[in-house]
Amino acid sequence: MNAPMQPGYNFAYLDEQTKRMIRRALLKAVAIPGYQVPFGSREMPLPYGWGTGGIQVTASVIGKNDVLKVIDQGADDTTNAVNIRSFFRKVAGVATTEKTRAATLIQTRHRIPETPLAEGQTLVFQVPIPEPLRWLEPRETETRTMHALSEYGVMHVKLYEDIVRHGRIATTYDYPVIVNGHYLMRPSPIPKFDNPKLHRNPALMLFGAGREKRVYAVPPYTDVRSLDFEDHPFSIERWEAPCALCGASDAYLDEIILDDAGGHMFVCSDTEYCADRQAAGHKGEMAA
Amino acid sequence: MYVAVKGGERAIAQSHELLSQARRGDPSVPELSIAQIRSQMRLAVARVMSEGSLYDEELAALAIKQAAGDLIEAIFLLRAYRTTLPRLADSLPLDTARMRIERRISAAFKDLPGGQVLGPTYDYTQRLLDFSLLEEGAPAAPTQMPNAAPISAPRVSDVLSQQGLLEQSRQSAAASPPADLTRDPILFPAERATRLQNLARGDEGFLLAMGYSTQRGYSTTHPFAGEIRFGAVPVEVFIDELGFAIEVGEVELTECQLINDFEGSATQAPHFTRGYGLAFGHAERKAMAMALCDRALRAAELGESTEQPANNEEFVLSHSDNVEASGFVQHLKLPHYVDFQTNLELLRRLRAEWETAHAARVQPAGHDPAGGAASPDTAALHPGYAEEIAE
Repeated sequence: MNAPMQPGYNFAYLDEQTKRMIRRALLKAVAIPGYQVPFGSREMPLPYGWGTGGIQVTASVIGKNDVLKVIDQGADDTTNAVNIRSFFRKVAGVATTEKTRAATLIQTRHRIPETPLAEGQTLVFQVPIPEPLRWLEPRETETRTMHALSEYGVMHVKLYEDIVRHGRIATTYDYPVIVNGHYLMRPSPIPKFDNPKLHRNPALMLFGAGREKRVYAVPPYTDVRSLDFEDHPFSIERWEAPCALCGASDAYLDEIILDDAGGHMFVCSDTEYCADRQAAGHKGEMAA
Repeated sequence: MYVAVKGGERAIAQSHELLSQARRGDPSVPELSIAQIRSQMRLAVARVMSEGSLYDEELAALAIKQAAGDLIEAIFLLRAYRTTLPRLADSLPLDTARMRIERRISAAFKDLPGGQVLGPTYDYTQRLLDFSLLEEGAPAAPTQMPNAAPISAPRVSDVLSQQGLLEQSRQSAAASPPADLTRDPILFPAERATRLQNLARGDEGFLLAMGYSTQRGYSTTHPFAGEIRFGAVPVEVFIDELGFAIEVGEVELTECQLINDFEGSATQAPHFTRGYGLAFGHAERKAMAMALCDRALRAAELGESTEQPANNEEFVLSHSDNVEASGFVQHLKLPHYVDFQTNLELLRRLRAEWETAHAARVQPAGHDPAGGAASPDTAALHPGYAEEIAE
């Protein structure tokens, strides 16, 4: 069911010339997986840092028949996800959903849904800082050369220093990956738990950084390898206890503080996945 | 029992309602009119137009009203509107020598053609609160000055450069139109025209601090205020069908030309160099700060040391925009519990490892401490994580 559109604006807010410009940048990004393509990022009616890159990517690829899902921290009901979803309902009049399987287009901040994505689906990531080398080398003029030469020793040194200092790699989110055997890429601040989902995913994954004016992409079925060492292989978080609401043991869990005496519980961060499982009769120990 | 919080949409709608009440304030006090803001807060309007990159006093005043006086929010509102506007035409370059001057001073010469015109300025006021303004309804001052003949004057920089003492302004290398930062991303190194565009949109406070740093030794500038002028300048557009340019209106501008250290070489006689600042409306602080930053960013071009922050174009140009900065700083208000959880998990693990290692150091090997617990906190530090190798 399509919603009525806000009059006075072009479909999906951006004018067609701008959408074409962004789509051209996206095509280049798809052709060179993991490469950051500069684009003429527009000033949007939402603040920089709040998803303007993702919104522009979504606006330039969305069509009237798309079904849109928007999540933040894995949840459909967080304030910014609500705001972005209502923005697109208003300016594009498209149908929206909370069902991962029903969505053709998913805009996300900080998570990849637990439900596996399928061919034909597009996942749009909101990216705060696209440059994986930014904290190691602040100069854009330098990092461009380092990417061109795949000169990433400095990142390995950083991870090695983590091991020396903490006994393990201390990067837990926005964990650096090598895409298609060449470019070092920031997967946006998803937990490293989600990194394995990037590898050979059947969905198209697009990344938009509005303030930094870059887009990049991981096309379907592309190799995405998380950096590691032979004696310190890449690892992800697992919880001994399953989700307290739906009993899932394969999902990323959020910690909820229950009282001021240290009481807490762990529940799925992907609210749709959790609700779906509960509806199917799965129960965690604290489910109603 | 945990109940997931729902109803975000309704909460947001209520928040909008509260915002509009807070903006309006006490309903027994008359509402501000756009005309009042436009004419009585002209300096706020000027700043919003400059950094909002849109010359429209009425819309700037509207943005200030809607933003309840938060100028950065007002700039954001104006920019978000501007971005939807079509580009109809490019004007011809403005000729500030044709300015109808309201204020014009030079700190480099005691007197000069056109004279020193003080105009409306806070510069020579004593900053004593004027309690008479607490009372409303004071009679308005006469709007016309006794001798209100239009003043125009040659620019000090033109006078100096005709004598070869000041560098000529160089045209951009290409005849192509200058880059538009609102259409194309900035790429480094940037041309001076692009840098100036960035500075013109840049936050006044940021430029002020950067410019100030160059005066305190974090760079090397020794500027003289060659000229600062404020007034109205005609805007002309060349109409192809007519074959000539027509005036489409005028804009008020503040222009600052700073004169700096000289350079010379085997091929060029020694001469002063320029720093340039330009802003919409009456905005001398902004124009001067911009001129200091412009000159500092030319350090590499002029063969000077480039070690200080104000000389670093990536540093200055990447952080000058207050709409970008404000958004990114405040995005920390968005939920981050997924990434926070990853850090929390790691920290708990590191602390548990530390506790174990610490206990081993304190207790000699083979000695079983009473109760078997290394620390009463250990249980709390193990909330049930395990780590697994990804397939």
